[in-house]
Amino acid sequence: MNGLTAKVRVARDDFTLDVDIAAQPGEVVAVIGPNGAGKSTLLRTICGLTSISQGQIALGDLVVDEPDRGIWLAPDRRHTGVVFQDYLLFPHLSVRDNISFGPRSAGQSRSQSQQAANHWIERLALTELADRKPSTLSGGQAQRVALARALATDPLVLLLDEPMGALDVATRLDVRAELRTHLRDIEIPTLLVTHDPLDALVLADRIIVLENGRVTQQGKALDVARRPATTYVARLLGLNLLRGKANDGTITLDAGGVLNAAAKSDSGDVLVAVRPDAISLHANQPEGSARNVWQGVVDAIEPIGDRVRVTVTGAPTVMADVTTSAIVELGLAKGSQVWLSTKATELEVYPAA
Amino acid sequence: MVPALLALIFLGLPLLALLIKAPWDRLWQVLTSPTSLDALRLSLTTASAATLVAFIIGVPLAWLLARQEFVGRKFARALVTVPLVLPPVVGGIALLLAFGRRGIVGQYLDQWFGITLPFTTPGVVVAEAFVAMPFLIITVEGALRSLDGRFEDAAATLGASRLTIFRRVTLPLIAPSLIAGAVLTFARALGEFGATITFAGNLPGVTQTLPLAVYVGLEGDPAEAVALSLVLLAVSVTVLVVLRDKWLRTGASA
Repeated sequence: MNGLTAKVRVARDDFTLDVDIAAQPGEVVAVIGPNGAGKSTLLRTICGLTSISQGQIALGDLVVDEPDRGIWLAPDRRHTGVVFQDYLLFPHLSVRDNISFGPRSAGQSRSQSQQAANHWIERLALTELADRKPSTLSGGQAQRVALARALATDPLVLLLDEPMGALDVATRLDVRAELRTHLRDIEIPTLLVTHDPLDALVLADRIIVLENGRVTQQGKALDVARRPATTYVARLLGLNLLRGKANDGTITLDAGGVLNAAAKSDSGDVLVAVRPDAISLHANQPEGSARNVWQGVVDAIEPIGDRVRVTVTGAPTVMADVTTSAIVELGLAKGSQVWLSTKATELEVYPAA
Repeated sequence: MVPALLALIFLGLPLLALLIKAPWDRLWQVLTSPTSLDALRLSLTTASAATLVAFIIGVPLAWLLARQEFVGRKFARALVTVPLVLPPVVGGIALLLAFGRRGIVGQYLDQWFGITLPFTTPGVVVAEAFVAMPFLIITVEGALRSLDGRFEDAAATLGASRLTIFRRVTLPLIAPSLIAGAVLTFARALGEFGATITFAGNLPGVTQTLPLAVYVGLEGDPAEAVALSLVLLAVSVTVLVVLRDKWLRTGASA
């Protein structure tokens, strides 16, 4: 069996989606991007709720949309399993009947479709919920039912639209971990669309970053996280991303300032990623091993978890994560003068694409 | 305060009068008289038939108005509401001009198929459906409009054909509105007077429905008229109760 290949071009008045993506059987690919980047549109083109103006979408050998050859299959003939953002379980049907809806629609007999439903009810541990109505389910349970309903159709590809979007923050962690185990066992390509970097990092083997209708970066989750290609990705992951020119380990930043990196191999246009917790703040000029020291003015202070994120304007302007007690010791407030330092080994330097 | 109280009395007093002046001692006798029973039976069957007709052709129209873009949709929607505001007598005359023996369609119905509608029981159904169908169409159209279309999208991705989606997802989801629309339609058809008497006449046992019997009774036996009026009042109250339950339910789930 082959995977999913989609060369998608959708042109609208004020927006063009132009992407070329693929997913192998068993692979989980996360499409991540800001609102309005075209993530949901991409997903809708694959399941047939939106048609493309150019390109080709194929599920294995089955071409489902290719305008140039006049091929277009309606959603009900595409064999795509979709888990929608707020799950869209049919409120008038029980969990069991929701799950058997697909097989039943495919023309299976009542008992056959019940059997197919039972298989997924068991596999996703829904036995005790089988006779309940969707309105009585928790968010995590509803997600499992939606997953079972999608998989019961024996789809060629699984599509998930913001799978955690309908859950409150407290339950996301558990549900995400659970979803991860389920997605691991699935042998078809899975494409999930999200704006939450955690979803992408936890659930996906590979990440595709979509911005303004275009792919700006793709690669293994860890690589994207370590080496973001755009400010959007860096900010999403809470990283400082600086652009500059490298010359023998010395990087002259486009926005002002000079940094020294440990590795000297890269030269030319580079990106530098620095974790905010790798940057220290000091009241006076620090002495010690840090190779990079500069001065700045505190622009913003906001708590993040048990740390505090301080944005310091300078050359370069960066975010630094410090402890609450450090804020007190340094007497930091908006407008404070402060020294910054980071070790050369903390800089992730890589060629700009 | 006083005007508000006046309005309440103005609306309530006539109903109270109806209850006070009702011939309670011989109510059963009046209601089981052949004329009353005939009128009752005829009213129930024709109003049911009119509701059924409205269902069969009105629901598809509601779907079309709610879901399809087509030239003249606004005009079609306006047309549907006309019978709501048109004096029923005018509706009856219009029906005569269309389906009467000399009507623009009626003459061919008569010549080609030997079908005459005026002054027949089917004519009563036509008159009632004409006046009452808009209630069903408007209620169902509103429900289809406010229905979250993504449920139907979800059904499509699960492999359901359009017909399956309509039958297994759309209809069940708008069921409360279907019931409300049908009840309103039935109630309006049951009370229909103007269009019926104009188009179908007033033949006992054939076209004399309850409201017509009330009207005739008022000239002969007023007690009978009052008793039959009570029946119509009872139906109206029942309709109110049914709809109130429906509104409460949707209110709670919203």
